[in-house]
Amino acid sequence: MDGVNVVELTIVIVLFLVVTVMGFVASRWRRAESLMHLDEWGLGGRSFGTWITWFLLGGDLYTAYTFVAVPALVFGAGAAGFFAVPYTVVIYPLVFLVVIRLWSVSHVRGFVTPADFVRARFDSPVMALLVALTGIVATMPYIALQLVGIEAILKAMGVEGELPLVVAFVILALYTYNSGLRAPALIAFVKDTLIYLTIIVAVIVIPTKLGGWDAIFGAAEEKFSAGTGAGVLLPATGQLGYATLALGSALALFLYPHSITGVLAASNRDVLKRNMSALPVYSLALGFIALLGFMAIAAGVTPIGEDGNTIVPVLFQEMFPSWFAGIAFAAIGIGALVPAAIMSIAAANLFTRNIYKEFLKRDATPRQEAQVAKVTSLVVKVGAVAAILFIDPQFSIDLQLIGGVIILQTLPAVALGLYTRWLHRGALIAGWVAGMAAGLLMLYNIQRLGPDGSVVREHFGGSSFALAKLGLDVQSSVYAGFLALLVNLVVTVLVTAALRAAKVPDGVDGTAEADYTAEREDPTFRDLPDPLESAPPGTGDAGARR
Amino acid sequence: MASSSRSPADGPARGGTPVRSDRSPWNWLLLVPIVVPLIVPLYNHLEPSLFGWPLFYWLQLAFVPLGVLTTVLVYRATRRSPEERAAARAAVERDAARPTVTRDQER
Repeated sequence: MDGVNVVELTIVIVLFLVVTVMGFVASRWRRAESLMHLDEWGLGGRSFGTWITWFLLGGDLYTAYTFVAVPALVFGAGAAGFFAVPYTVVIYPLVFLVVIRLWSVSHVRGFVTPADFVRARFDSPVMALLVALTGIVATMPYIALQLVGIEAILKAMGVEGELPLVVAFVILALYTYNSGLRAPALIAFVKDTLIYLTIIVAVIVIPTKLGGWDAIFGAAEEKFSAGTGAGVLLPATGQLGYATLALGSALALFLYPHSITGVLAASNRDVLKRNMSALPVYSLALGFIALLGFMAIAAGVTPIGEDGNTIVPVLFQEMFPSWFAGIAFAAIGIGALVPAAIMSIAAANLFTRNIYKEFLKRDATPRQEAQVAKVTSLVVKVGAVAAILFIDPQFSIDLQLIGGVIILQTLPAVALGLYTRWLHRGALIAGWVAGMAAGLLMLYNIQRLGPDGSVVREHFGGSSFALAKLGLDVQSSVYAGFLALLVNLVVTVLVTAALRAAKVPDGVDGTAEADYTAEREDPTFRDLPDPLESAPPGTGDAGARR
Repeated sequence: MASSSRSPADGPARGGTPVRSDRSPWNWLLLVPIVVPLIVPLYNHLEPSLFGWPLFYWLQLAFVPLGVLTTVLVYRATRRSPEERAAARAAVERDAARPTVTRDQER
């Protein structure tokens, strides 16, 4: 263990211990009488106000991986990496009206997952299963990637071996098991305080040391002037890809089960609307974080080994005194724990509600459901650690790339379904299959080119698909997920028209129009999930449901 | 599968839920911060720069307040009446005062 920075390590360990205690104490915070109910464990009792929701969703959407990977992308690719900013600007006005409808219908009908909604809305267990599986497959590598963030800071501190990583995740697993969604909600306070502190200090201190913003952008310009395509501005051929990547990523983010878990935990519609105005504060922070990539160029940072994700930790180490670098590292490390906890809870909810209860044990009691969800959240995290330790981390990065493309394929059922029931359940399945096939085929055919133009990787080399491959005579490329979604939508609409013309039965809608605008104080509002026995709203027959 | 088909398909929900609408002309305003940040030619330039920042970077960061402004505006303009909001707050407090288990049994 030579070359370990003791000051940094001590600060990181102390802060980590603080959040560990908080994680366990969280089960007593805003306490309910029994945590042994899926709603209490998995949705925190669904009573989070504006502030807690802001911290929870912020901690959930802006992950440690984002904080490490976005500057790494800007460091390597220049302007193209800045897509994270328009992405996180357009997302809130985009979902402003959508999340409140999802919140309302979920609370009237007791939906915990997006698949619950699809099942009731379209009367289709098959489509619900597809949504659940898509969600789980897309979330798993995302959890694994949080470990990449922790790994980067460990490397920078000179800590070797994988034991610290395993210990961190075991502790995380234990307090998530113990406290459910309350744990990440409480820890998110610490995480965000540290992150904001780090960014504010970084934005003031680092440019001063490097000779101002002019020098920083100047150094970046100089680095890229020799290169291929990358630069401080986008090449003309990169503009369409930039916009579609931003839009496609924005459409995908709130389809991820962990985002929906955070949304449903809000206490009412106004809390969500206010958060759509307050969450962009994180986007502003993300913009500054992205520019850390250019600061690293100006500071002449070289990544540790081949790992580009280490540039931010190394930059902090060079620019800050050890004690403050320790705080910044703790911010990244704790920043990994919050989303990892929420993601594993969301994946566990999907498995419990839409696979276990639907196909394995129809008569599961709420206690059994909660127990299965807790155990699943453990399994999910063990799987994530195993994926990082035993499989090349690159595999998780590739999978996460695929995850964004495949989660988009649930958009017609989950998002459009909130507005219309015209889409036929058979068509939704057909559209999902077509979109998946198109997306995976495109990703498979994307090569990664090295700086000298040679092919570094033959397949799954990125998400930007050259339109020339479709025989179009243009130089531009498009985000593969966006194109796959278009295929999905076209197929869904055409097949719907055909099935409707053929009068194929489309099942019974398990929701009513008024559900989508229901408010907290309405008699239909409830906090008990049970779509499998969805009784008519407002009849108050909980005895039968339980 | 059979169970969900038991519930009524359409019509107003029972139990006196008022039929509301999220529709409002104000909502169209939300299109501005969705469309503008996606028009890349608008900001893919170095000049005019601001505090040493090329246009590309400072203008895109400036879209953040644009998004905040429009969502705040739409939220304020489409908010429910003070009486309704007071009722909503009362409902939240009432629910918070009771543990889930009791709520469960009451139903």
